[in-house]
Amino acid sequence: MGDTANKNVLQLRDVKKIFSHGTIDEVTALNGINLTVQEQDFISIIGSNGAGKSTMLNVIAGVFPPERGGKVIIDGDDVTNLPEYRHSAYTGRVWQEPQVGTASKMTIEENLAMAYLRGKKRGLKAASNKELRALFREALKQLGLGLEDRLNAPVGTLSGGQRQSLSLVMATISKPAILLLDEHIATLDPKTAQTVLKLSKMIIDKEKMTTMMVTHNMEIALRFGNRLVMMHRGKVIVDIGEERKNTLTINDLVNAFEQASGEKFDDDSVLLSHR
Amino acid sequence: MFEMIGGLLAFSFYEGLVFGLIAVGMYLTFRMINFPDLGVEGSFPFGGAVVAVLIVKGWNPFIATIAAAFAGSLVGVATSMLNTKLRIPALLCGIIMIVSLWSINLRVMGNRANISLLREETIFHKIADLVGISYGRIEVDILVALVLAVITFFVLNWFLCTQIGLALRATGDNEQMVRGLGSDTEMNIVIGCSIANGLVALAGAVICQAQGFSDVGMGIGILVMGLASVILGDAIFRPKGVTSMLLAATAGAFVYRLFITVALRMGMPPGDLKLITGLLVTIALVIPFIRKKIRHEWVPPASRLF
Ligand SMILES: Nc1ncnc2c1ncn2[C@@H]1O[C@H](COP(=O)(O)OP(=O)(O)O)[C@@H](O)[C@H]1O
Ligand SMILES: [Mg+2]
Repeated sequence: MGDTANKNVLQLRDVKKIFSHGTIDEVTALNGINLTVQEQDFISIIGSNGAGKSTMLNVIAGVFPPERGGKVIIDGDDVTNLPEYRHSAYTGRVWQEPQVGTASKMTIEENLAMAYLRGKKRGLKAASNKELRALFREALKQLGLGLEDRLNAPVGTLSGGQRQSLSLVMATISKPAILLLDEHIATLDPKTAQTVLKLSKMIIDKEKMTTMMVTHNMEIALRFGNRLVMMHRGKVIVDIGEERKNTLTINDLVNAFEQASGEKFDDDSVLLSHR
Repeated sequence: MFEMIGGLLAFSFYEGLVFGLIAVGMYLTFRMINFPDLGVEGSFPFGGAVVAVLIVKGWNPFIATIAAAFAGSLVGVATSMLNTKLRIPALLCGIIMIVSLWSINLRVMGNRANISLLREETIFHKIADLVGISYGRIEVDILVALVLAVITFFVLNWFLCTQIGLALRATGDNEQMVRGLGSDTEMNIVIGCSIANGLVALAGAVICQAQGFSDVGMGIGILVMGLASVILGDAIFRPKGVTSMLLAATAGAFVYRLFITVALRMGMPPGDLKLITGLLVTIALVIPFIRKKIRHEWVPPASRLF
Protein backbone atom coordinates (compact mmCIF):
# COMPACT_ATOMS: atom_id res chain seq x y z
CA MET A 1 0.00 0.00 0.00
CA GLY A 2 1.12 3.54 -0.72
CA ASP A 3 1.77 6.31 1.73
CA THR A 4 -1.84 7.53 1.59
CA ALA A 5 -2.92 4.25 3.10
CA ASN A 6 -3.26 5.63 6.59
CA LYS A 7 -5.83 8.26 5.75
CA ASN A 8 -9.14 7.67 7.53
CA VAL A 9 -11.95 7.46 5.00
CA LEU A 10 -14.72 6.64 7.46
CA GLN A 11 -15.15 6.97 11.19
CA LEU A 12 -18.17 5.74 13.11
CA ARG A 13 -18.21 7.03 16.67
CA ASP A 14 -20.59 5.55 19.21
CA VAL A 15 -23.22 4.91 16.55
CA LYS A 16 -26.51 3.63 17.98
CA LYS A 17 -29.78 2.96 16.21
CA ILE A 18 -33.02 2.10 17.94
CA PHE A 19 -36.13 1.30 15.89
CA SER A 20 -39.71 1.79 17.13
CA HIS A 21 -38.50 3.72 20.15
CA GLY A 22 -40.70 3.31 23.23
CA THR A 23 -43.01 0.66 21.79
CA ILE A 24 -43.16 -3.07 22.47
CA ASP A 25 -41.46 -3.54 19.08
CA GLU A 26 -38.40 -1.58 20.18
CA VAL A 27 -35.21 -3.01 18.62
CA THR A 28 -31.69 -1.87 19.31
CA ALA A 29 -30.21 -2.54 15.90
CA LEU A 30 -26.90 -0.80 16.57
CA ASN A 31 -25.56 -0.65 20.09
CA GLY A 32 -22.53 1.64 20.05
CA ILE A 33 -20.44 1.01 16.95
CA ASN A 34 -16.92 2.40 16.79
CA LEU A 35 -15.15 1.71 13.55
CA THR A 36 -12.41 3.40 11.55
CA VAL A 37 -11.94 2.54 7.91
CA GLN A 38 -8.70 3.54 6.22
CA GLU A 39 -8.10 4.35 2.61
CA GLN A 40 -8.10 1.25 0.39
CA ASP A 41 -9.35 -0.99 3.17
CA PHE A 42 -11.49 -3.83 1.84
CA ILE A 43 -13.50 -5.01 4.83
CA SER A 44 -15.56 -8.19 4.79
CA ILE A 45 -18.40 -8.02 7.27
CA ILE A 46 -20.11 -11.11 8.63
CA GLY A 47 -22.60 -11.62 11.42
CA SER A 48 -25.80 -13.37 12.30
CA ASN A 49 -29.12 -12.44 10.80
CA GLY A 50 -30.34 -9.25 12.48
CA ALA A 51 -26.88 -8.37 13.81
CA GLY A 52 -27.23 -4.86 12.39
CA LYS A 53 -25.03 -5.11 9.28
CA SER A 54 -27.54 -3.52 6.92
CA THR A 55 -28.49 -0.93 9.50
CA MET A 56 -24.83 0.08 9.81
CA LEU A 57 -24.52 0.49 6.03
CA ASN A 58 -27.81 2.44 6.02
CA VAL A 59 -26.41 4.86 8.59
CA ILE A 60 -23.21 5.27 6.55
CA ALA A 61 -25.28 5.88 3.40
CA GLY A 62 -27.51 8.34 5.27
CA VAL A 63 -30.80 6.49 4.80
CA PHE A 64 -31.47 7.48 8.41
CA PRO A 65 -29.34 9.28 11.01
CA PRO A 66 -27.96 7.47 14.09
CA GLU A 67 -29.31 8.24 17.56
CA ARG A 68 -28.10 11.53 19.06
CA GLY A 69 -24.50 11.45 20.22
CA GLY A 70 -23.33 9.21 17.40
CA LYS A 71 -21.13 10.54 14.64
CA VAL A 72 -20.47 9.57 11.04
CA ILE A 73 -17.39 11.17 9.52
CA ILE A 74 -16.45 10.52 5.91
CA ASP A 75 -13.32 12.01 4.32
CA GLY A 76 -13.02 14.28 7.34
CA ASP A 77 -16.51 15.76 6.87
CA ASP A 78 -19.13 15.29 9.57
CA VAL A 79 -22.03 13.91 7.54
CA THR A 80 -24.06 12.61 10.48
CA ASN A 81 -27.15 14.68 9.82
CA LEU A 82 -26.96 15.21 6.08
CA PRO A 83 -29.95 13.91 4.09
CA GLU A 84 -29.40 10.73 2.12
CA TYR A 85 -29.07 12.46 -1.24
CA ARG A 86 -26.11 14.44 0.08
CA HIS A 87 -24.47 11.43 1.71
CA SER A 88 -24.40 9.90 -1.73
CA ALA A 89 -21.63 12.25 -2.74
CA TYR A 90 -19.41 10.04 -0.58
CA THR A 91 -20.91 6.59 -0.90
CA GLY A 92 -21.55 4.18 -3.72
CA ARG A 93 -23.83 1.28 -2.98
CA VAL A 94 -25.00 -2.06 -4.28
CA TRP A 95 -28.04 -3.56 -2.60
CA GLN A 96 -29.02 -7.18 -2.17
CA GLU A 97 -31.88 -6.98 -4.70
CA PRO A 98 -30.92 -5.95 -8.24
CA GLN A 99 -34.16 -3.99 -8.63
CA VAL A 100 -33.26 -1.59 -5.80
CA GLY A 101 -30.03 -0.38 -7.37
CA THR A 102 -31.30 0.21 -10.90
CA ALA A 103 -34.30 1.89 -12.55
CA SER A 104 -36.02 -0.80 -14.59
CA LYS A 105 -38.04 1.34 -16.99
CA MET A 106 -35.04 3.42 -17.98
CA THR A 107 -32.30 2.41 -20.36
CA ILE A 108 -28.79 1.29 -19.41
CA GLU A 109 -27.48 4.61 -20.71
CA GLU A 110 -29.98 6.61 -18.63
CA ASN A 111 -29.11 4.61 -15.51
CA LEU A 112 -25.41 5.22 -16.02
CA ALA A 113 -26.00 8.91 -16.76
CA MET A 114 -27.78 9.17 -13.40
CA ALA A 115 -24.92 7.37 -11.66
CA TYR A 116 -22.26 9.45 -13.37
CA LEU A 117 -23.60 12.61 -11.72
CA ARG A 118 -23.50 11.31 -8.16
CA GLY A 119 -21.85 13.97 -6.04
CA LYS A 120 -21.95 16.55 -8.85
CA LYS A 121 -24.46 19.35 -9.26
CA ARG A 122 -27.22 18.56 -11.73
CA GLY A 123 -28.13 21.30 -14.18
CA LEU A 124 -29.73 21.93 -17.54
CA LYS A 125 -27.04 20.29 -19.65
CA ALA A 126 -27.92 17.21 -21.66
CA ALA A 127 -27.76 14.20 -19.34
CA SER A 128 -25.78 12.18 -21.85
CA ASN A 129 -23.68 12.83 -24.93
CA LYS A 130 -21.19 11.16 -27.25
CA GLU A 131 -18.22 11.33 -24.89
CA LEU A 132 -20.25 9.96 -22.00
CA ARG A 133 -21.61 7.12 -24.14
CA ALA A 134 -18.04 6.18 -25.02
CA LEU A 135 -17.12 6.27 -21.34
CA PHE A 136 -20.15 4.12 -20.43
CA ARG A 137 -19.29 1.59 -23.14
CA GLU A 138 -15.74 1.41 -21.85
CA ALA A 139 -16.96 0.82 -18.28
CA LEU A 140 -19.42 -1.87 -19.41
CA LYS A 141 -16.88 -3.62 -21.60
CA GLN A 142 -14.77 -4.67 -18.62
CA LEU A 143 -17.75 -6.71 -17.38
CA GLY A 144 -17.50 -8.94 -20.45
CA LEU A 145 -21.29 -9.35 -20.56
CA GLY A 146 -21.91 -7.61 -23.89
CA LEU A 147 -23.86 -4.81 -22.20
CA GLU A 148 -21.78 -2.20 -24.05
CA ASP A 149 -23.82 -2.94 -27.19
CA ARG A 150 -27.16 -2.54 -25.41
CA LEU A 151 -27.03 1.02 -24.11
CA ASN A 152 -30.63 1.62 -25.23
CA ALA A 153 -32.11 -1.51 -23.64
CA PRO A 154 -34.46 -0.93 -20.69
CA VAL A 155 -32.76 -2.29 -17.58
CA GLY A 156 -35.89 -4.34 -16.79
CA THR A 157 -34.96 -6.63 -19.69
CA LEU A 158 -31.63 -7.67 -18.09
CA SER A 159 -31.05 -10.77 -15.98
CA GLY A 160 -30.40 -10.49 -12.24
CA GLY A 161 -26.66 -11.02 -12.68
CA GLN A 162 -26.44 -8.44 -15.47
CA ARG A 163 -28.39 -5.94 -13.39
CA GLN A 164 -26.20 -6.51 -10.37
CA SER A 165 -23.07 -6.05 -12.50
CA LEU A 166 -24.56 -2.83 -13.87
CA SER A 167 -25.27 -1.71 -10.27
CA LEU A 168 -21.62 -2.31 -9.52
CA VAL A 169 -20.52 -0.09 -12.40
CA MET A 170 -23.09 2.53 -11.35
CA ALA A 171 -21.84 2.47 -7.76
CA THR A 172 -18.22 2.99 -8.78
CA ILE A 173 -18.31 5.10 -11.97
CA SER A 174 -18.20 8.40 -10.06
CA LYS A 175 -15.44 7.18 -7.72
CA PRO A 176 -17.13 7.48 -4.30
CA ALA A 177 -15.03 7.70 -1.14
CA ILE A 178 -16.41 4.38 0.02
CA LEU A 179 -18.17 1.47 -1.69
CA LEU A 180 -20.88 -0.35 0.28
CA LEU A 181 -21.86 -3.85 -0.82
CA ASP A 182 -24.74 -5.36 1.15
CA GLU A 183 -24.98 -9.09 0.41
CA HIS A 184 -24.93 -8.05 -3.21
CA ILE A 185 -24.58 -11.61 -4.52
CA ALA A 186 -27.06 -13.25 -2.15
CA THR A 187 -30.00 -13.45 -4.57
CA LEU A 188 -27.95 -14.74 -7.51
CA ASP A 189 -27.46 -18.37 -8.51
CA PRO A 190 -24.06 -19.77 -7.39
CA LYS A 191 -22.36 -19.48 -10.76
CA THR A 192 -23.56 -15.92 -11.42
CA ALA A 193 -22.68 -15.04 -7.83
CA GLN A 194 -19.07 -16.08 -8.42
CA THR A 195 -18.94 -14.05 -11.65
CA VAL A 196 -20.28 -10.91 -9.97
CA LEU A 197 -17.94 -11.44 -7.03
CA LYS A 198 -14.95 -11.65 -9.39
CA LEU A 199 -16.09 -8.49 -11.20
CA SER A 200 -16.42 -6.72 -7.85
CA LYS A 201 -12.89 -7.64 -6.90
CA MET A 202 -11.59 -6.55 -10.30
CA ILE A 203 -13.24 -3.13 -10.13
CA ILE A 204 -12.24 -2.60 -6.47
CA ASP A 205 -8.60 -3.40 -7.28
CA LYS A 206 -8.53 -1.31 -10.43
CA GLU A 207 -10.14 1.76 -8.87
CA LYS A 208 -8.34 1.25 -5.52
CA MET A 209 -11.78 1.50 -3.93
CA THR A 210 -12.26 1.61 -0.16
CA THR A 211 -14.88 -1.08 0.39
CA MET A 212 -17.19 -2.58 3.00
CA MET A 213 -18.72 -5.85 1.86
CA VAL A 214 -21.38 -7.67 3.86
CA THR A 215 -21.64 -11.38 3.19
CA HIS A 216 -23.27 -14.28 5.00
CA ASN A 217 -20.67 -16.67 3.64
CA MET A 218 -17.64 -17.13 5.93
CA GLU A 219 -15.57 -18.65 3.19
CA ILE A 220 -16.05 -15.59 0.96
CA ALA A 221 -15.32 -13.33 3.93
CA LEU A 222 -12.01 -15.13 4.45
CA ARG A 223 -11.12 -15.15 0.77
CA PHE A 224 -11.77 -11.45 0.07
CA GLY A 225 -10.49 -8.26 1.63
CA ASN A 226 -7.67 -7.21 3.94
CA ARG A 227 -9.80 -6.97 7.06
CA LEU A 228 -12.64 -8.95 8.59
CA VAL A 229 -15.31 -7.58 10.92
CA MET A 230 -17.84 -9.72 12.75
CA MET A 231 -21.01 -8.18 14.14
CA HIS A 232 -23.35 -9.54 16.78
CA ARG A 233 -26.37 -7.94 18.46
CA GLY A 234 -25.58 -4.46 17.18
CA LYS A 235 -21.90 -4.52 18.08
CA VAL A 236 -18.60 -5.17 16.36
CA ILE A 237 -17.30 -8.19 18.31
CA VAL A 238 -14.35 -9.21 16.16
CA ASP A 239 -12.08 -7.02 13.98
CA ILE A 240 -9.20 -8.85 12.32
CA GLY A 241 -6.44 -7.12 10.33
CA GLU A 242 -4.55 -8.26 7.26
CA GLU A 243 -1.74 -10.28 8.82
CA ARG A 244 -3.93 -12.50 10.96
CA LYS A 245 -6.61 -12.73 8.31
CA ASN A 246 -4.29 -14.32 5.78
CA THR A 247 -3.84 -17.41 7.92
CA LEU A 248 -7.35 -17.50 9.37
CA THR A 249 -9.58 -20.57 9.03
CA ILE A 250 -13.28 -21.07 9.51
CA ASN A 251 -12.55 -22.84 12.79
CA ASP A 252 -10.62 -19.82 14.03
CA LEU A 253 -13.64 -17.68 13.19
CA VAL A 254 -16.00 -19.95 15.12
CA ASN A 255 -13.68 -19.81 18.11
CA ALA A 256 -13.34 -16.06 17.85
CA PHE A 257 -17.12 -15.76 17.80
CA GLU A 258 -17.62 -17.95 20.87
CA GLN A 259 -14.92 -16.15 22.81
CA ALA A 260 -16.13 -12.65 21.94
CA SER A 261 -19.86 -13.24 22.34
CA GLY A 262 -19.77 -15.75 25.18
CA GLU A 263 -22.37 -17.71 23.22
CA LYS A 264 -22.20 -21.11 21.62
CA PHE A 265 -21.75 -21.02 17.86
CA ASP A 266 -24.96 -22.51 16.54
CA ASP A 267 -25.22 -22.90 12.82
CA ASP A 268 -29.02 -22.56 12.77
CA SER A 269 -29.48 -19.57 14.98
CA VAL A 270 -26.37 -17.72 13.88
CA LEU A 271 -26.98 -18.41 10.23
CA LEU A 272 -23.43 -18.09 9.09
CA SER A 273 -23.07 -20.42 6.21
CA HIS A 274 -19.70 -22.06 5.60
CA ARG A 275 -20.43 -24.42 2.79
CA MET B 1 -69.88 15.56 -46.54
CA PHE B 2 -66.12 16.08 -46.87
CA GLU B 3 -66.54 19.55 -45.52
CA MET B 4 -68.28 18.17 -42.47
CA ILE B 5 -65.58 15.59 -41.84
CA GLY B 6 -62.94 18.24 -42.41
CA GLY B 7 -64.66 20.52 -39.94
CA LEU B 8 -64.95 17.72 -37.40
CA LEU B 9 -61.28 16.89 -37.70
CA ALA B 10 -60.21 20.53 -37.55
CA PHE B 11 -62.26 21.10 -34.42
CA SER B 12 -60.98 17.94 -32.73
CA PHE B 13 -57.45 18.85 -33.77
CA TYR B 14 -57.78 22.23 -32.06
CA GLU B 15 -59.33 20.70 -28.96
CA GLY B 16 -56.81 17.88 -28.92
CA LEU B 17 -53.94 20.37 -28.96
CA VAL B 18 -55.33 22.42 -26.07
CA PHE B 19 -56.44 19.45 -23.98
CA GLY B 20 -53.14 17.83 -25.00
CA LEU B 21 -51.45 20.35 -22.67
CA ILE B 22 -53.45 18.86 -19.81
CA ALA B 23 -52.72 15.32 -20.97
CA VAL B 24 -48.99 16.06 -21.17
CA GLY B 25 -49.07 17.60 -17.70
CA MET B 26 -50.88 14.60 -16.29
CA TYR B 27 -48.57 12.21 -18.11
CA LEU B 28 -45.71 13.95 -16.35
CA THR B 29 -47.22 13.53 -12.88
CA PHE B 30 -49.07 10.21 -13.15
CA ARG B 31 -46.64 8.33 -15.35
CA MET B 32 -43.21 9.94 -15.25
CA ILE B 33 -42.75 11.06 -11.64
CA ASN B 34 -45.39 8.68 -10.31
CA PHE B 35 -47.22 11.33 -8.31
CA PRO B 36 -50.98 10.98 -8.90
CA ASP B 37 -51.82 14.68 -8.69
CA LEU B 38 -55.61 15.16 -8.60
CA GLY B 39 -55.17 18.89 -7.97
CA VAL B 40 -55.34 19.64 -11.71
CA GLU B 41 -59.12 19.77 -11.33
CA GLY B 42 -58.47 22.95 -9.33
CA SER B 43 -55.53 24.43 -11.25
CA PHE B 44 -57.47 24.36 -14.55
CA PRO B 45 -60.20 26.82 -13.38
CA PHE B 46 -57.49 28.68 -11.42
CA GLY B 47 -55.70 29.40 -14.70
CA GLY B 48 -59.01 30.58 -16.17
CA ALA B 49 -59.80 32.78 -13.19
CA VAL B 50 -56.37 34.43 -13.13
CA VAL B 51 -56.31 35.17 -16.85
CA ALA B 52 -59.88 36.55 -16.83
CA VAL B 53 -59.22 38.89 -13.93
CA LEU B 54 -55.96 40.17 -15.40
CA ILE B 55 -57.44 40.74 -18.87
CA VAL B 56 -60.39 42.62 -17.42
CA LYS B 57 -57.87 44.71 -15.49
CA GLY B 58 -56.37 45.66 -18.82
CA TRP B 59 -53.28 43.43 -18.94
CA ASN B 60 -51.88 42.37 -22.28
CA PRO B 61 -53.55 38.98 -22.93
CA PHE B 62 -50.23 37.26 -23.69
CA ILE B 63 -48.71 38.39 -20.42
CA ALA B 64 -51.94 37.52 -18.59
CA THR B 65 -51.79 34.01 -20.07
CA ILE B 66 -48.18 33.52 -19.00
CA ALA B 67 -49.04 34.83 -15.53
CA ALA B 68 -51.91 32.31 -15.30
CA ALA B 69 -49.56 29.45 -16.18
CA PHE B 70 -47.09 30.66 -13.60
CA ALA B 71 -49.82 30.92 -10.95
CA GLY B 72 -50.84 27.36 -11.82
CA SER B 73 -47.30 26.12 -11.27
CA LEU B 74 -47.45 27.56 -7.74
CA VAL B 75 -50.50 25.35 -7.14
CA GLY B 76 -48.32 22.39 -8.14
CA VAL B 77 -45.65 23.49 -5.69
CA ALA B 78 -48.26 23.65 -2.90
CA THR B 79 -49.75 20.23 -3.71
CA SER B 80 -46.38 18.50 -3.82
CA MET B 81 -45.11 20.23 -0.68
CA LEU B 82 -48.12 18.89 1.24
CA ASN B 83 -46.80 15.47 0.26
CA THR B 84 -43.03 15.93 0.54
CA LYS B 85 -42.78 18.32 3.49
CA LEU B 86 -45.89 17.42 5.52
CA ARG B 87 -45.94 13.72 4.54
CA ILE B 88 -49.60 13.67 3.45
CA PRO B 89 -50.43 10.89 0.92
CA ALA B 90 -50.45 12.19 -2.66
CA LEU B 91 -54.12 11.46 -3.40
CA LEU B 92 -55.22 13.40 -0.32
CA CYS B 93 -52.96 16.34 -1.25
CA GLY B 94 -54.81 16.61 -4.56
CA ILE B 95 -58.21 16.43 -2.89
CA ILE B 96 -57.24 19.08 -0.34
CA MET B 97 -56.14 21.35 -3.19
CA ILE B 98 -59.36 20.80 -5.19
CA VAL B 99 -61.65 21.87 -2.34
CA SER B 100 -59.40 24.75 -1.29
CA LEU B 101 -59.06 26.07 -4.83
CA TRP B 102 -62.82 26.25 -5.25
CA SER B 103 -62.92 29.00 -2.63
CA ILE B 104 -59.69 30.56 -3.83
CA ASN B 105 -61.01 30.74 -7.40
CA LEU B 106 -64.17 32.49 -6.21
CA ARG B 107 -62.00 34.97 -4.32
CA VAL B 108 -59.71 35.55 -7.28
CA MET B 109 -62.75 36.38 -9.41
CA GLY B 110 -63.93 38.87 -6.78
CA ASN B 111 -66.56 36.59 -5.20
CA ARG B 112 -68.25 36.00 -8.55
CA ALA B 113 -68.91 32.57 -10.06
CA ASN B 114 -67.95 33.77 -13.54
CA ILE B 115 -66.35 36.61 -15.47
CA SER B 116 -67.20 37.49 -19.08
CA LEU B 117 -64.44 38.28 -21.55
CA LEU B 118 -66.78 38.94 -24.48
CA ARG B 119 -65.87 42.63 -24.69
CA GLU B 120 -62.18 42.10 -23.99
CA GLU B 121 -59.28 41.53 -26.32
CA THR B 122 -57.84 38.00 -25.97
CA ILE B 123 -54.83 36.20 -27.45
CA PHE B 124 -57.19 34.98 -30.17
CA HIS B 125 -57.95 38.56 -31.28
CA LYS B 126 -54.26 39.42 -31.19
CA ILE B 127 -53.22 36.41 -33.28
CA ALA B 128 -56.12 36.95 -35.73
CA ASP B 129 -54.95 40.56 -36.26
CA LEU B 130 -51.35 39.46 -36.55
CA VAL B 131 -51.87 36.91 -39.33
CA GLY B 132 -54.80 38.70 -40.97
CA ILE B 133 -57.48 36.02 -40.60
CA SER B 134 -60.82 37.20 -39.31
CA TYR B 135 -61.44 36.49 -35.65
CA GLY B 136 -63.71 33.53 -34.91
CA ARG B 137 -62.46 31.24 -37.69
CA ILE B 138 -61.21 27.79 -36.66
CA GLU B 139 -57.84 28.51 -38.32
CA VAL B 140 -57.11 31.11 -35.64
CA ASP B 141 -57.98 28.67 -32.87
CA ILE B 142 -55.79 25.99 -34.41
CA LEU B 143 -52.91 28.41 -34.88
CA VAL B 144 -52.98 29.54 -31.23
CA ALA B 145 -53.23 25.97 -29.97
CA LEU B 146 -50.54 24.73 -32.35
CA VAL B 147 -48.04 27.39 -31.33
CA LEU B 148 -48.55 26.58 -27.64
CA ALA B 149 -48.42 22.81 -28.19
CA VAL B 150 -45.27 22.99 -30.31
CA ILE B 151 -43.45 25.25 -27.83
CA THR B 152 -44.49 22.99 -24.96
CA PHE B 153 -43.39 19.89 -26.84
CA PHE B 154 -39.93 21.20 -27.70
CA VAL B 155 -39.25 22.69 -24.28
CA LEU B 156 -40.33 19.55 -22.40
CA ASN B 157 -38.61 17.23 -24.87
CA TRP B 158 -35.40 19.12 -24.20
CA PHE B 159 -35.90 19.52 -20.45
CA LEU B 160 -36.69 15.86 -19.72
CA CYS B 161 -33.36 14.84 -21.26
CA THR B 162 -31.30 17.28 -19.21
CA GLN B 163 -29.54 16.23 -16.02
CA ILE B 164 -32.39 17.55 -13.88
CA GLY B 165 -35.05 16.14 -16.22
CA LEU B 166 -33.47 12.70 -16.14
CA ALA B 167 -33.40 12.74 -12.33
CA LEU B 168 -37.06 13.73 -12.38
CA ARG B 169 -38.03 10.75 -14.54
CA ALA B 170 -35.84 8.39 -12.53
CA THR B 171 -37.66 9.53 -9.38
CA GLY B 172 -40.85 8.01 -10.78
CA ASP B 173 -39.08 4.75 -11.50
CA ASN B 174 -36.93 4.13 -8.41
CA GLU B 175 -36.91 6.74 -5.67
CA GLN B 176 -34.48 4.86 -3.42
CA MET B 177 -31.95 4.64 -6.25
CA VAL B 178 -32.27 8.32 -7.09
CA ARG B 179 -31.54 9.36 -3.49
CA GLY B 180 -28.64 6.91 -3.47
CA LEU B 181 -27.30 8.62 -6.58
CA GLY B 182 -27.39 12.02 -4.94
CA SER B 183 -30.52 13.67 -6.28
CA ASP B 184 -33.15 15.25 -4.02
CA THR B 185 -36.31 13.29 -4.85
CA GLU B 186 -38.54 15.73 -2.97
CA MET B 187 -37.27 18.60 -5.07
CA ASN B 188 -37.77 16.54 -8.23
CA ILE B 189 -41.40 15.89 -7.34
CA VAL B 190 -41.99 19.58 -6.62
CA ILE B 191 -40.45 20.58 -9.97
CA GLY B 192 -42.52 17.97 -11.85
CA CYS B 193 -45.79 18.97 -10.20
CA SER B 194 -45.18 22.66 -10.79
CA ILE B 195 -44.57 22.10 -14.51
CA ALA B 196 -47.64 19.87 -14.80
CA ASN B 197 -49.96 22.30 -13.03
CA GLY B 198 -48.50 25.19 -15.00
CA LEU B 199 -49.48 23.40 -18.21
CA VAL B 200 -52.97 22.65 -16.93
CA ALA B 201 -53.50 26.26 -15.85
CA LEU B 202 -52.22 27.38 -19.25
CA ALA B 203 -54.87 25.20 -20.89
CA GLY B 204 -57.47 26.71 -18.53
CA ALA B 205 -56.36 30.22 -19.51
CA VAL B 206 -56.60 29.42 -23.24
CA ILE B 207 -59.99 27.68 -23.03
CA CYS B 208 -61.37 30.53 -20.95
CA GLN B 209 -60.35 33.05 -23.65
CA ALA B 210 -61.69 30.80 -26.42
CA GLN B 211 -65.12 30.47 -24.83
CA GLY B 212 -65.21 34.09 -23.76
CA PHE B 213 -65.73 33.60 -20.04
CA SER B 214 -64.22 32.07 -16.94
CA ASP B 215 -66.37 29.95 -14.66
CA VAL B 216 -65.65 28.55 -11.22
CA GLY B 217 -67.11 25.18 -12.33
CA MET B 218 -65.08 24.85 -15.51
CA GLY B 219 -62.70 22.33 -13.93
CA ILE B 220 -65.33 19.69 -13.36
CA GLY B 221 -64.50 16.61 -15.40
CA ILE B 222 -61.01 17.80 -16.39
CA LEU B 223 -59.35 15.10 -14.29
CA VAL B 224 -61.29 12.32 -16.00
CA MET B 225 -60.72 13.85 -19.41
CA GLY B 226 -56.98 14.17 -18.85
CA LEU B 227 -56.72 10.62 -17.53
CA ALA B 228 -58.76 9.32 -20.45
CA SER B 229 -56.34 11.02 -22.85
CA VAL B 230 -53.28 9.63 -21.06
CA ILE B 231 -54.74 6.12 -21.01
CA LEU B 232 -55.88 6.22 -24.65
CA GLY B 233 -52.50 7.56 -25.77
CA ASP B 234 -50.74 4.82 -23.82
CA ALA B 235 -52.99 2.06 -25.15
CA ILE B 236 -52.92 3.11 -28.81
CA PHE B 237 -49.32 4.23 -29.22
CA ARG B 238 -47.53 2.28 -26.46
CA PRO B 239 -44.81 4.93 -26.24
CA LYS B 240 -41.22 4.31 -25.18
CA GLY B 241 -38.92 7.21 -24.51
CA VAL B 242 -39.58 10.87 -23.81
CA THR B 243 -40.50 12.07 -27.31
CA SER B 244 -43.01 9.35 -28.03
CA MET B 245 -44.58 9.76 -24.58
CA LEU B 246 -45.19 13.46 -25.15
CA LEU B 247 -46.63 12.77 -28.60
CA ALA B 248 -48.79 9.91 -27.31
CA ALA B 249 -50.33 12.11 -24.61
CA THR B 250 -51.30 14.76 -27.16
CA ALA B 251 -52.53 12.18 -29.66
CA GLY B 252 -54.57 10.55 -26.89
CA ALA B 253 -56.27 13.87 -26.22
CA PHE B 254 -57.00 14.25 -29.94
CA VAL B 255 -58.52 10.75 -30.21
CA TYR B 256 -60.60 11.35 -27.10
CA ARG B 257 -61.95 14.70 -28.34
CA LEU B 258 -62.63 13.18 -31.75
CA PHE B 259 -64.79 10.45 -30.19
CA ILE B 260 -66.71 13.00 -28.14
CA THR B 261 -67.23 15.39 -31.06
CA VAL B 262 -68.37 12.60 -33.41
CA ALA B 263 -70.75 11.26 -30.77
CA LEU B 264 -72.27 14.73 -30.36
CA ARG B 265 -72.60 15.32 -34.11
CA MET B 266 -74.26 11.95 -34.51
CA GLY B 267 -77.01 13.27 -32.31
CA MET B 268 -76.09 11.57 -29.08
CA PRO B 269 -77.59 13.42 -26.08
CA PRO B 270 -74.84 15.30 -24.21
CA GLY B 271 -75.83 13.50 -21.05
CA ASP B 272 -74.54 10.25 -22.53
CA LEU B 273 -71.03 11.58 -23.14
CA LYS B 274 -69.76 10.59 -19.71
CA LEU B 275 -70.79 7.02 -20.41
CA ILE B 276 -68.82 7.15 -23.67
CA THR B 277 -65.80 8.32 -21.67
CA GLY B 278 -66.27 5.49 -19.19
CA LEU B 279 -66.49 2.90 -21.96
CA LEU B 280 -63.48 4.31 -23.83
CA VAL B 281 -61.26 4.27 -20.75
CA THR B 282 -62.39 0.77 -19.82
CA ILE B 283 -61.68 -0.55 -23.31
CA ALA B 284 -58.28 1.13 -23.41
CA LEU B 285 -57.33 -0.35 -20.05
CA VAL B 286 -58.61 -3.82 -20.84
CA ILE B 287 -56.93 -4.21 -24.25
CA PRO B 288 -53.44 -4.98 -22.83
CA PHE B 289 -55.01 -7.44 -20.38
CA ILE B 290 -56.85 -9.30 -23.16
CA ARG B 291 -53.73 -9.27 -25.32
CA LYS B 292 -51.81 -11.00 -22.54
CA LYS B 293 -54.63 -13.46 -21.85
CA ILE B 294 -54.64 -14.53 -25.50
CA ARG B 295 -50.91 -15.25 -25.22
CA HIS B 296 -51.63 -17.17 -21.99
CA GLU B 297 -49.44 -14.82 -20.00
CA TRP B 298 -49.93 -14.48 -16.29
CA VAL B 299 -51.38 -11.09 -15.34
CA PRO B 300 -50.75 -9.79 -11.80
CA PRO B 301 -53.64 -8.31 -9.78
CA ALA B 302 -54.31 -4.69 -10.63
CA SER B 303 -52.75 -1.90 -8.62
CA ARG B 304 -55.10 -0.33 -6.08
CA LEU B 305 -53.91 3.12 -7.12
CA PHE B 306 -53.17 3.84 -10.76
N1 LIG C 1 -36.39 0.00 9.03
C1 LIG C 1 -36.47 -0.79 10.12
N2 LIG C 1 -37.51 -0.66 10.97
C2 LIG C 1 -37.60 -1.45 12.08
N3 LIG C 1 -36.70 -2.37 12.41
C3 LIG C 1 -35.64 -2.56 11.61
C4 LIG C 1 -35.47 -1.78 10.41
N4 LIG C 1 -34.32 -2.16 9.80
C5 LIG C 1 -33.81 -3.14 10.57
N5 LIG C 1 -34.57 -3.38 11.66
C6 LIG C 1 -34.28 -4.34 12.73
O1 LIG C 1 -32.99 -4.08 13.17
C7 LIG C 1 -32.30 -5.30 13.42
C8 LIG C 1 -31.03 -5.34 12.57
O2 LIG C 1 -31.41 -5.50 11.22
P1 LIG C 1 -30.38 -5.52 10.00
O3 LIG C 1 -29.44 -4.40 10.14
O4 LIG C 1 -31.17 -5.59 8.76
O5 LIG C 1 -29.62 -6.89 10.23
P2 LIG C 1 -28.63 -7.68 9.27
O6 LIG C 1 -28.47 -6.91 8.01
O7 LIG C 1 -27.38 -7.81 10.06
O8 LIG C 1 -29.27 -9.00 9.05
C9 LIG C 1 -33.26 -6.41 13.11
O9 LIG C 1 -33.84 -6.85 14.30
C10 LIG C 1 -34.28 -5.76 12.22
O10 LIG C 1 -35.53 -6.37 12.39
MG1 LIG D 1 -28.95 -7.38 5.95
